[in-house]
Amino acid sequence: MNYSIIRYIIGWVLNFEACFMVVPCVTAVIYGEREGLAFAAVMVACLVLGMLLIARKPKNHTFYLKEGFVTVSLSWLVLSLMGALPFVLNGDIPSYTDAMFEIISGFTTTGSSILTEVEGLARCSLMWRSFTHWVGGMGVLVFILAVLPMAGGSNMNLMKAESPGPQVGKLVPKVRRTAMILYGMYVFITAVQIVLLLVSGMPLFDTLTITFGTAGTGGFAVLNDSCASYTSVQQVIITVFMILFGINFNAYYFLFIKKWKQFLKCEEMRWYLIIIGVATAIITVNTVGMFSSAAEALRHAAFQVGSIITTTGYVTTNYDLWPPLSRGILVTLMFIGACAGSTGGGIKVSRIVILAKTIRKELQSLVHPRSIEKIKFEGHPVEHETLRSINVFLITYLMIFTASVLIVSLDGFDLVTNFTAVATTLNNVGPGLEVVGATGNFSAFSALSKYVLMFDMLAGRLEIFPVLLCFYPRTWKKF
Amino acid sequence: MNIIIVGCGRVGRTLTEQLSSEGHDVTVIDENSERVQSVSADNDVMGVIGNGASHSVLMDAGIEEADLFIAVTDSDELNLLCCLLAKKAGNCATIARVRNPVYNQESEFIKKELGMSMIINPELAAATEMSRVLRFPKAMEINPFGKGRVEMLKFRIPSGSVLHEMSLIDLNSRIDSNLLVCAVERDSEVVIPTGSFRLREKDKVTIITAPENEAAFFRKIGIDTRQVKDAMIVGGGRMSYYLAKQLIAMGIQVKIIEQDRARCEELCLLLPQATIINGDGTDQDLLMEEGLKRAEGFVALTGLDEENILLSLFAKNNSSAKLVTKVKRINFNDVIDTLDLDTVVYPQLVTAEHIIRYVRARQNADGSNIETLYKIIEDKAEAMEFVIREESEVTGQTLEKLQLRRNILLCCITRKGQIIIPKGQDSIMKGDHVIVVAANSARLKDIKDILKRD
Repeated sequence: MNYSIIRYIIGWVLNFEACFMVVPCVTAVIYGEREGLAFAAVMVACLVLGMLLIARKPKNHTFYLKEGFVTVSLSWLVLSLMGALPFVLNGDIPSYTDAMFEIISGFTTTGSSILTEVEGLARCSLMWRSFTHWVGGMGVLVFILAVLPMAGGSNMNLMKAESPGPQVGKLVPKVRRTAMILYGMYVFITAVQIVLLLVSGMPLFDTLTITFGTAGTGGFAVLNDSCASYTSVQQVIITVFMILFGINFNAYYFLFIKKWKQFLKCEEMRWYLIIIGVATAIITVNTVGMFSSAAEALRHAAFQVGSIITTTGYVTTNYDLWPPLSRGILVTLMFIGACAGSTGGGIKVSRIVILAKTIRKELQSLVHPRSIEKIKFEGHPVEHETLRSINVFLITYLMIFTASVLIVSLDGFDLVTNFTAVATTLNNVGPGLEVVGATGNFSAFSALSKYVLMFDMLAGRLEIFPVLLCFYPRTWKKF
Repeated sequence: MNIIIVGCGRVGRTLTEQLSSEGHDVTVIDENSERVQSVSADNDVMGVIGNGASHSVLMDAGIEEADLFIAVTDSDELNLLCCLLAKKAGNCATIARVRNPVYNQESEFIKKELGMSMIINPELAAATEMSRVLRFPKAMEINPFGKGRVEMLKFRIPSGSVLHEMSLIDLNSRIDSNLLVCAVERDSEVVIPTGSFRLREKDKVTIITAPENEAAFFRKIGIDTRQVKDAMIVGGGRMSYYLAKQLIAMGIQVKIIEQDRARCEELCLLLPQATIINGDGTDQDLLMEEGLKRAEGFVALTGLDEENILLSLFAKNNSSAKLVTKVKRINFNDVIDTLDLDTVVYPQLVTAEHIIRYVRARQNADGSNIETLYKIIEDKAEAMEFVIREESEVTGQTLEKLQLRRNILLCCITRKGQIIIPKGQDSIMKGDHVIVVAANSARLKDIKDILKRD
């Protein structure tokens, strides 16, 4: 284990966090809020700590997979530990546990909140909450990779740990260029959404926070009713962009380099859009009686489906009141999640598709025991190693899920609440059903449950293994 | 540059490491997914799994934007086919490794007809390197610069030499002023020496000088410069054939020991002037019987690295011959270095270096100005030749006034065919070729990088 390189990178992470905190500080200055001082103080603290950590350059730059995984998990932990401090210092969220929950929910782009009254918060705190979504969406270390010139191919190990999906590939040969292209596309689509929302007449503050939440597929809103009081045009814009941010960014790269055919051929994207289409159709038909017109039913259904499958978690209507079929579909979508390589969470469409193909292959081999078949995805045969890792991922995912539900059950809520609370955090969605539903929040849970849910959020965002590896004693041995 | 490499074998791997660390965008293609994964895990490169001669695979690898395409798979035919397709699909420069002597004889024709930039034959390249060393047995390595007007030569100071405990200033004033010691290896440390540095026996010294100067210098320090009179080659593969052919052309008597009778007969027809012995090269009696004790050159060229090393060690103990050993695997070069085997040739490395030299030359056309580059000691020091295309901070001033970085040495300036071993009063001018030796950590990209940065 190369501890010094881990220390060095975490130092840089802190420095970057200090830079990120410029955003709430500026907000505080604009609105003249005294709460902003807390951000300035923590920013200085991050900077000092970060500078101390990077003061000595590591001699050995080799970086193996385990260092990559551990660095990423620790970085996210450090980010959250420091990121939660301003809330406590400026009194917006007095309990440190709650503040941690809120900020982890922010960085992991979950969007679950312990706040009952969002509108009571200072604007700078609200901005920080939403901005963490944007940063967490594409990944902090990916950002650092894009900005810091770090030589060596081992950087890929950092990116592998932070980018979601079963197969993390590069767009171009150099990791740094890849990271730059990813952030370039991310910034571009974010900017387009900001412009559109501004044109639609949304106030600047709402536009920025909502866009950050959409881009990172996070889900923190600045109004108590989430997105319900925005106009229907604005809701449609948000719907479209939520869905766009749930698409694999590799697909956008094909657009970027003008390979239209390859863009259209993206198998994962097509399945993702099919699922969205089917789910929206069913829910529209199922809930049409509850709204004044079919168009309104369609708008809410599309918004909710887009919000849940991309694991954003914005709400335009209290879907807790919808018929069981619609609610069931929404819970299913939570598990499916967005595309690999997007900013969304969940199990990922690609994994689901590959698993479905595995089942088909199994059936085929029962009918023709001696048949040989290779599973293909995106036109390429899937390596055995990838299949294995998907299977192990799913099993581990289910075990963590079950264990979390059991622990959270200690608090005495009903099963639907517990089940969806874990589902929504582990998949980085945001809201669940019943107590934690569209209009509810997580404040009623005990501290223990909150910590379990925080773990679930981190595990969900980093796709379990980087986080689990930190708990494996062998990881920390020198030999 | 965007470079695509097909084949992730030993050469492919070495090339990938080198080229990606020099900042090129490298994409590797191989049919074996494990190999691709291991190469792309160790280096900052993109991997594509598939057949390099398939158009769709080439498109995946981005052939349209590629500047250079290198095919180094096991198969000559595949390499040529890859290059042909790549040329058509992407209009990039292409390099293929071709081993078969039949094709090799026609390499000029193939190159022209297929529009290729370079055809490299690893066996031939390695054999050429070996023959260069046998021509001057006291040298461990000889590398030409500036179209051969200057040579970089590595030799070991023998015990009891006059050079022992001599400082470099004395060396220049007492023995020869037209040469420069640019690197000294002592106990696996590499020093880029200053004037007060004292040489010791057993040091491996790299000097830069004009070829016509070498003989006189070595005579003065009491080192024999004759080429070997005869050479014993163990193993009768393709490399032995190429080497024997070159040695015979130089007037060196060649004896080849080969186990396989049929191959012996083939060699006999191919090399009528060589003595071909059918027998086991590892049989010590046979080696002694064939006069190992009196041989002046001994080349171990069997297919097994371990066998080659042991053979050379045996020859070292039983003769005073100049030893040349072929080693395929590069990984253990540190350990092999400690065995004192005179010259060890790694064919893969030779191939990779040839290709890299080509890449650098091409880059020249695109603005970079490194003309030639050699590794003096793998990963520790390198010598490079810069072309001074324009006036800059380094030109026009006397060298005394330039603040150079540590571990950097200006070794030689060639100006209009004239060689200048630079002193404090000399200066660099536009149009010069400058040879610089630097510790590898320096990573020079441009001549201006030799200056100290505050």
